[in-house]
Amino acid sequence: MSSLPTDQRLPIGFDDNTLRQLVGDFSEQQLLWLSGYFYGRYAAGPGPAAAPEPAAPPVATAARPRITVLYGSQTGNSKKVALQAVEAARQRGLDATARDMNDYQGRELGKEQVLLLVVSTQGEGEPPVAAEELHRFLGSARAPQLPALRYSVLALGDRSYLHFCQTGRDFDERLSKLGATALAPRVDCDLDFQADAQQWMAAALDALGQATPAAASVKSPPVEVKEYARHHPLTVEVLEKIQLNGRGSTKETYHLELSLAGAGLQYEPGDALAVVPTNSAALVEEVLRATQLGADAPVQLQGETLPLATVLAERLELSTLSRDVLERYARHHPAPRLRELAGATEQLQRYLYGRDAADLLVDYPAELSAQQLVDTLRPLPARAYSLASSLLAHPDEAHLTVGAVRYDAHGRRKQGACSCYLADRVQVGDQLRVFVERNEYFKLPQNPDANIIMVGAGTGVAPFRGFVEERAERGAGGLNWLLFGNPHFTTDFLYQAEWQQHFKRGTLAKLHVAFSRDQAAKIYVHNRLLEHAREVYDWLENGAYFYVCGDRQRLAATVHRALVSVVQQAQGVSPEAAEAYVRGLKKQRRYLEDVY
Amino acid sequence: MTNQSQLSEVEHVKEASNYLRGTLRESVQNPLTGALYPDDTHLIKFHGSYQQTDRDLDSERKRQKLEPLYSFMIRVRVPGGVATPAQWLRMDDLADEYANGTLKLTTRQTFQLHGVLKRDLQQTIQGFNAALLDSIAGCGDVNRNVMCGANPHESELHAAVYEVSKQISAHLTPQTTAYWELWLNGEPHLSTEPAEDTEPIYGKTYLPRKFKIALAVPPYNDTDIFANDIGLIAVEENGALAGFNVAIGGGMGMTFGMPDTYPRLADLIGFVPTAQVVDVCEKVVTIQRDWGNRQNRKFSRLKYTIDRVGLDGFVAELQQRLGYEIQPARPYRFAMSSDAFGWAQSADGRLHLTLFVEGGRVQDTAAVQLKTALREVAGFHTGEFRLTGNQNLVVANISPQHRTRIEQVLARHGVLNATTARTALRLGALACVALNTCTLAFAEAERYLPQLLDRLDAVIRAHDLANEGILIRMTGCPNGCARPYLGEIGLVGKAVGRYNLYLGASHRGERLNKLYREMLDEDGIIRELTPLLAAYSQHRLPAERFGDFVIRQGYVRATTHGQNFHAA
Repeated sequence: MSSLPTDQRLPIGFDDNTLRQLVGDFSEQQLLWLSGYFYGRYAAGPGPAAAPEPAAPPVATAARPRITVLYGSQTGNSKKVALQAVEAARQRGLDATARDMNDYQGRELGKEQVLLLVVSTQGEGEPPVAAEELHRFLGSARAPQLPALRYSVLALGDRSYLHFCQTGRDFDERLSKLGATALAPRVDCDLDFQADAQQWMAAALDALGQATPAAASVKSPPVEVKEYARHHPLTVEVLEKIQLNGRGSTKETYHLELSLAGAGLQYEPGDALAVVPTNSAALVEEVLRATQLGADAPVQLQGETLPLATVLAERLELSTLSRDVLERYARHHPAPRLRELAGATEQLQRYLYGRDAADLLVDYPAELSAQQLVDTLRPLPARAYSLASSLLAHPDEAHLTVGAVRYDAHGRRKQGACSCYLADRVQVGDQLRVFVERNEYFKLPQNPDANIIMVGAGTGVAPFRGFVEERAERGAGGLNWLLFGNPHFTTDFLYQAEWQQHFKRGTLAKLHVAFSRDQAAKIYVHNRLLEHAREVYDWLENGAYFYVCGDRQRLAATVHRALVSVVQQAQGVSPEAAEAYVRGLKKQRRYLEDVY
Repeated sequence: MTNQSQLSEVEHVKEASNYLRGTLRESVQNPLTGALYPDDTHLIKFHGSYQQTDRDLDSERKRQKLEPLYSFMIRVRVPGGVATPAQWLRMDDLADEYANGTLKLTTRQTFQLHGVLKRDLQQTIQGFNAALLDSIAGCGDVNRNVMCGANPHESELHAAVYEVSKQISAHLTPQTTAYWELWLNGEPHLSTEPAEDTEPIYGKTYLPRKFKIALAVPPYNDTDIFANDIGLIAVEENGALAGFNVAIGGGMGMTFGMPDTYPRLADLIGFVPTAQVVDVCEKVVTIQRDWGNRQNRKFSRLKYTIDRVGLDGFVAELQQRLGYEIQPARPYRFAMSSDAFGWAQSADGRLHLTLFVEGGRVQDTAAVQLKTALREVAGFHTGEFRLTGNQNLVVANISPQHRTRIEQVLARHGVLNATTARTALRLGALACVALNTCTLAFAEAERYLPQLLDRLDAVIRAHDLANEGILIRMTGCPNGCARPYLGEIGLVGKAVGRYNLYLGASHRGERLNKLYREMLDEDGIIRELTPLLAAYSQHRLPAERFGDFVIRQGYVRATTHGQNFHAA
C-alpha cells in the first residue's frame, strides 16, 4: 500500500506490521471510509458504541471455526451473495471473511478451515476472469491436499446455457478430489438466484452446528429486500421513446427515457436496468393453440391461482427454449426422439436454436394439463439493459438503448421478448416495471484523471453515453476515447449528434467509427483498434482503462484478439506474452467487459 | 478598389483558399460527419457541387440524435449540352451507383446527380473523368456551363455555333489544379495540362458572383439568352455563321422584400464576328471581375454592375479593353423559347428526336421507364444526346436505319406516348429541384408542378387550349433557376404551399413578367388562372400568345426593364 506512511512515528501499541495487517488489501476508497468510521467510534466515546456491524456475541473460541467466503465474480452477483453469507454467518456469531478470488493465492487454501465458495460461470462454461487463476491452480499438480477443509459451493449460472454452472461444478469436484469434505451439497442457481442462495447459506451454516442465530442482535433484513428486484420491481413512466436509426436502416434501435421521479432509485453509469416484460398476445395464442388448452384454465404458480393465459403472458418464458424446459417436457412426452434429443448435447443445441416454446409444443405434441405446462416452462426472467445515462446529466431519469430482436425461424416470425415488448407495445406515458442490476466492476475508474478507451458496437455504445456524460458533468480530467461500430454511417451512428458535441467540447478526446457495410471490405471496431495500435498501447501503458460493450460472440473475442495483437506489435513479444499482458489488464480490472 | 474589411465572407474564403483548395481534403476525409467544414461548403461549389440535406428528414433526424442527412448535388458541365452515348451511359451508371438513381437534366443543359454521399464524391468525380466529363466550374463564382441551342433542324449551323460555345467554355474554365489534385489523385485531365496555379482571367478571388453565357440560333431561343450575363445570337449570312449579336447583363435572381434586387434581361450592345467572340466574352468577364460588387453578394451580378455604371459606360470600357469597336447589331427574329418536340430532319438527311422529360428528371416510373429506355438507346445510337435548355432531350444525328429501333424501344417503355399525349402547357413547363434537397427552397417545385398541372390541364382542355404553348415555370424560391420571370405563367414559392403568380412574359423570352397575385395556394392558383385562360380562349387575336394577351387585356402592365419589374 503505497499510500501508507512508512517512516512516520507510530502511536502507542502499533508497529508497522500490525498496521499493515490491519489495513490488509483495502482500497483507497475503503481506507478513506474507515478513517471516518474510526473517528466516529472515537467521537462516540468509550465502549461499544453505535457500530455499523453488530459486535459478535461471545462464543467459545475453540468451537468457533473460521469461515472464508471466497467469491469469483464477473458482474458482482457472486460478490453480493458472498457478502450476504458473511452477514448471515456473523448473525450466528460466526467469524467470517469475504475474499475475492482475484486477490487470493491458491496456497492460502491450506490454512482454511471452512470455505464457502461462490462463483459464476461465463458463456461456454469458463470461469470469470477473477476466478481463472484459482480455477487453474486447483486443477494443477501444485494444488495441495485439503483433508481438513470443510466447504460448500454455490454456483451461479443461466440454465439456458449448455454448460450451466460448469465453473461451480469444477470447483466442487476439485475440492472434493483434494480430500475436502462437503458441508452441504452444491447448489446450482439459475438467473433468479436469490432464494436458492439463501437456502444454500442456511444449509451450510446449519451444518457447522451453530444453528442458533445470535439472539441479542437480530438485525434488519438483508439489504436486497429493500432494493427493487425481480419480485419487487419499481414502476416507472416512459417519458420518451425514439427510434434512433435513420430511414432505410436494417437495424431497429430504441432510445427510452424513464422517469425515476420520487422513486429514490439510484444507479451509476455501468449499471444495468432490468425490465420485466410481458409476452406478446400472439405468442400466448400460439402456445394455447398448440396445447389446445383454455385461456381461462386455472393454474397454480407460487401459491397463487391464476388463469393460464395470464401466467403465460406475464410469468413464464415463452420466446426462448432452454435445455431444462426440454428435459422436463421430455418426461411428459412418450417420443423416444425427444428423450434422445435431451441427452445429446450437440443435437440439442441445434434444436434449441431459434425455437420457442410454441415450436416445441407443435413439434412434439403431448397431452398436457395446464398445470403441467406451467410446471414445465421456466419463469419469465427480466431482461437487463445497460443504462445509457448519467444521473448527474439527467436527474431522476434512466435512459436505455434497446435493439429490437426479430428474425424468422422455423416457419414463424420470432421476436425478442423484452426488446419487442419495448419496441412494439410500450408507448410514451406507459408504465414499466424495472429494477437496477448493479454491475460491480464495469464502472468508471475511481481516479477521474485516468484515461478511458471505450469500444462499443451497436447498442453496446449505451453505457459509454452514461460514462461520457458522467465524466463531463464531473469535469473529470482523464481523456475519453470512443470507438463505435455499426453497419451504416447515415442510419446507424447511434447518438451521433451527441458524440459530435462531446468531441467539439473535448469531453470526447478521440472518436473513431467503423461502419462495416459502407464499403466493399467490412471494417469493424477491432480494425480501428489495430489502425491506432501504437496509441492504444501508449494509453494502456499510461494507466488507461479499457472497456468493451456489445455482442459476446462477435465483439468481445475479436477485440480481445486485437488487443493482444496491439501489445504484441508494441512490445515485440510472443503472442503468449502479449496474451499474458492482456490477461493482466483483465485481472487488474482495467480491461472490463459488458457483453451479452 | 474595395475596402478589404467590407468584403463579404465568401471573398475571404476564396482569398485564403489557395486556388480553391481550402481544407477540402480534410473535410472530405473526416469520417464523423457527412458534412464539410463551413468554409469548404463555399469552395466545393467551384468544383461543381453543393452540400445539401434531405430537408424532408431534418426534423425527424434531429429527434433521432442524428445529424441531418447530408449529401451532395454534383453538376456535370456539358458545354452546349452535347453528350456522347458513352457519356450518357456513364452518367446513368453513376446515378445508380452513387446517387439517388435518377439524372436531372437542368435548365442550363447540365447533368445533375443528387444524393451523393461525401465518402463517394471522389469516386463519382473520377467516374465523370473516365468519360471525359468534369464538374469543375459547375457552380461557384466563375463562368458556368456555356449553353448552346439544341437546334435539331440546323445541323451545319449548329455545329459551327456549338464549336464556338466549346471555345468560350474552354477559355473561361478555371486553371487551378486543385480539382485534379483533390478528386483525381493529381492526375492531369486528359484534355488539359495546367502547368501551375495561376488564374490569368479570374485572379485568386475569381468573380464576385456566378456568370452565365448562352448562345442561340434564331428563330429558336431555347437557351433563353436574355437571362444570361452574356447572350449571343448567331447571325447567319449566306448559309454560314458570320458572327453574333451580343447582349449583356441578364440575370434572374432576386430576393423577396428587397426591391433593389430584380430580374433583368440582357441589353443588346452590337455585333461581333465569330473570330472576336471569345475575346469579347473574356473582356466582359474581366470588367465584371474588377467592377463587380464584392461586399454584398445580393448585388454582385453583372446586371447590377451595368445598372450602377450605366450601359454606355460599361460598353465604353469594354471597347477600351478590346481595342476595337463593336459593330451595330444585325437584325434577327426569335419565334419561341420552348422546344419543338418529335422527329425532325436536318438538311444533311440526319434525323433528330426531341423528347419530353418532365421536370428534367430521367427516371423510371410505373408508366414511363425513361431511364431504362434511354439506356437502351445509348447502347446502339451513333449520334449524340443533346440536353436542351428546357430540361428536355434531343436524340440527335440518328442514322436513318436506327429510326424504327429507337421508336420501338421508346414505345415499349411508354416514352413516346409521354411526349405525344400531353398538353402543350405541360410540355413547355419548367421546374427547379427545390424541396427536398435545395437549401434555398421555400416551397415545392419539381415534385409538385406535375400535380398542379393535372388540375390546370383540365382547365386548358375545357377551353380548348391543349395545343397552345403557354410557358409555365415554377421555382421554390426567387433565385430563378427555372427562369420563372420569363414564364408567361410564373409561379415563385414564398412558403410551403404558397406561390406568387407572375404574368405577361413574352413567349420568345424577350420580356419579363410582372407580379399579379401573392401567396396563392393551389386552389387560389386555379381560381385566378381559370378566368384568364377562359378569356384567352375566347378573346385572343390570331396567333396571339398568352403573355401578350394578358398585357393587351390589362391584367398586368408590361415590364420593359428589370428596373421596373417591381413597379405595379
